[in-house]
Amino acid sequence: MAPLANRDAKTIHSSVEPLGETGPMEKHPAPLTAGNVLARLAGIGVLLLAVVGAFLYLGGWFSPRKLTPVRFVDEFERVNGIHSGFRRNHAKGVGVRGFFDSNGQGVRLSKAVVFQSGRVPVIGRFSLGGGDPHASDELGNVRGLGLQFSLPDGEEWRTAMINLPVFPFKDPQAFYDNLVASQPDPNTHQPDPAKGVAFIASHPETARAIGIIKSGAPSSGFDNSAYYGLNAFRFVNADGASIYVRWALAPVQPYEAGSGASVDKNLNKNFLFDGLIASIRQHPLQWRLIMTVAQPGDPTDDATIPWPEGREQVDVGTLTLDSVESEKTSPARDINFDPLVLPAGMAPSNDPLLSARSAVYSQSFTRRAGETKEPSEITPAEVRK
Amino acid sequence: MSASTTTDRQQFNASMRFLHWLMAAAVLTILGIGVAMVASLGGYHSLVSIHRPLGILILILVVIRFVNRLRSTLPPFPATMSPQERLAAHASEVLLYTLLFVQPLVGWAMLSAARYPIVMFGSLHLFPILPHSVMLYAFLRKAHTFLAYLLFLTFIAHFSAILFHTLIVRDGMLNRMVPWRVRAR
Ligand code: HEM
Ligand code: HEM
Ligand code: HEM
Repeated sequence: MAPLANRDAKTIHSSVEPLGETGPMEKHPAPLTAGNVLARLAGIGVLLLAVVGAFLYLGGWFSPRKLTPVRFVDEFERVNGIHSGFRRNHAKGVGVRGFFDSNGQGVRLSKAVVFQSGRVPVIGRFSLGGGDPHASDELGNVRGLGLQFSLPDGEEWRTAMINLPVFPFKDPQAFYDNLVASQPDPNTHQPDPAKGVAFIASHPETARAIGIIKSGAPSSGFDNSAYYGLNAFRFVNADGASIYVRWALAPVQPYEAGSGASVDKNLNKNFLFDGLIASIRQHPLQWRLIMTVAQPGDPTDDATIPWPEGREQVDVGTLTLDSVESEKTSPARDINFDPLVLPAGMAPSNDPLLSARSAVYSQSFTRRAGETKEPSEITPAEVRK
Repeated sequence: MSASTTTDRQQFNASMRFLHWLMAAAVLTILGIGVAMVASLGGYHSLVSIHRPLGILILILVVIRFVNRLRSTLPPFPATMSPQERLAAHASEVLLYTLLFVQPLVGWAMLSAARYPIVMFGSLHLFPILPHSVMLYAFLRKAHTFLAYLLFLTFIAHFSAILFHTLIVRDGMLNRMVPWRVRAR
């Protein structure tokens, strides 16, 4: 880099001047005593330590018990083991594609481009909650749907929803503590039921949420499930007016209660996924995207509490999913359905889950991104059969 | 600016001084935000939302600063610096400029490879500069951490050298870069 060096050239050319003239800005100070030098060196040392210390402090080095994204994902790995290339939660899944037809009704809620009338392409992923990519499907498993809407102006909206009407944990610490409670005991290789009981006893909001969840029977499949965004978001419309909403996908496919007969998991450990594949092959699957608008005072920071009945609901359009493929070929595998990838016009609420999800998903994504991708349970052959 | 007086030659010119301190503040801030955000659950989203545009601002500033440096007359090294020190000072400046240029590019590139939208603010976002590849993302994400720590260490070396010259050698090295004008005695 020659230009950076022109100072050297210059100094060499300008014949070496005596110190008094090259340092004209400094008065000639009395020489430092050895003690002075030591004191000044110590001062420099303290200053440098302070700067380094400040950075270590910011990086959490002095708070080994603080819950960080790294420690959160470590805990997922302690509970589930490490499955190379898979998500640390919602590990088992398939990719889907389709589109969203906006009916324009959402425009008065949010200026986000996705709500203007028209169609945008969607990539999605259906998943089962839990970190085992080869888990057997169970009706009671949490079902997930991650979606990425690609908007015409290059923006994106990503969301990850589940089939529960409320979330069992009100903040990241509660989610984490429950993970710790469900960690297998090193001797029995089973979680200790007493820890689960103790967790519920100390988290009344979780007990209440589970009560709400248990009051409805899960539907028979992925295709006729509703999916809930659960966290509240702040919407801003073109006039600058802001409101809080929660969203959900209501299935157009009629509800059918999951029956005991279809749940013989000895027959097929992938019955939920196979059901989805069969269903999407017969006809495109559809959901209506419903925005529920909060009234002042409705909790926006606690996903364990449902908003009262009778809140305004706006049907903003229809999601159609018309093809399904194995994670092996689907772009969905390599997407992080981070719930805070939002277009202008949508913003997070004060719900403490949101920023934490963004941070933890990023850490999970970073780890799996660099690993060899082991084959998914739902292989391309499984999708074709 | 009359380049003839000794004072002018002993101090970096005003634009270089301005850019130096503007960028020093920006770089220390982004380093602090960077290490804090990856260790935070609640602060992560707001911090990363500042981190991205601030990083791109640094990329723009370093280009302006480099061009400005090429067009400026630099004050000669003080005679108190040995040839080895000059070499070290020169090398650290090359390293600082390189890191300030490469680090934000790596940030932009890694988000491109992961196919995150690279949101600046509102609906303004950058185009991706790499194809979608999570393996590439994983590599660049590690590089981003490594380069950040390297940048921090280079800064510490730079800071130590200036403090040593200013407080121990007492050759008024700091005066060469202070934001205000320092007149000759
Ligand atoms: C603090 C609370 C939560 C934590 C720590 C957490 C953790 C995780 C992690 C680590 C992943 C894997 C991410 C990846 O590697 O791409 C994940 C995926 C997922 N989460 Fe959460 N989660 C939380 C709350 C929620 C909530 C409230 C919902 C539903 C509204 C949800 C729905 C999902 C879904 C559907 C996926 C799968 C998305 C996909 O297919 O990539 N999670 N979660
Ligand atoms: C991350 C923060 C910093 C960066 C990236 C940085 C970068 C640089 C660079 C590249 C130069 C060469 C001149 C130029 O091209 O502008 C320089 C010179 C200088 N910097 Fe910094 N600097 C930082 C922080 C500081 C701090 C905190 C101090 C105060 C102690 C300082 C004091 C100086 C001085 C006095 C010079 C002139 C050295 C000479 O006489 O040749 N810098 N800095
Ligand atoms: C001079 C410029 C930059 C510096 C000094 C810097 C510094 C850092 C640091 C220290 C970290 C934390 C690393 C770790 O501990 O693992 C980080 C992470 C990160 N940086 Fe930068 N960065 C810069 C520019 C950028 C740019 C331009 C972007 C994107 C446009 C960016 C995006 C990110 C992201 C997304 C993360 C990690 C988030 C995560 O893993 O969840 N950075 N950066």
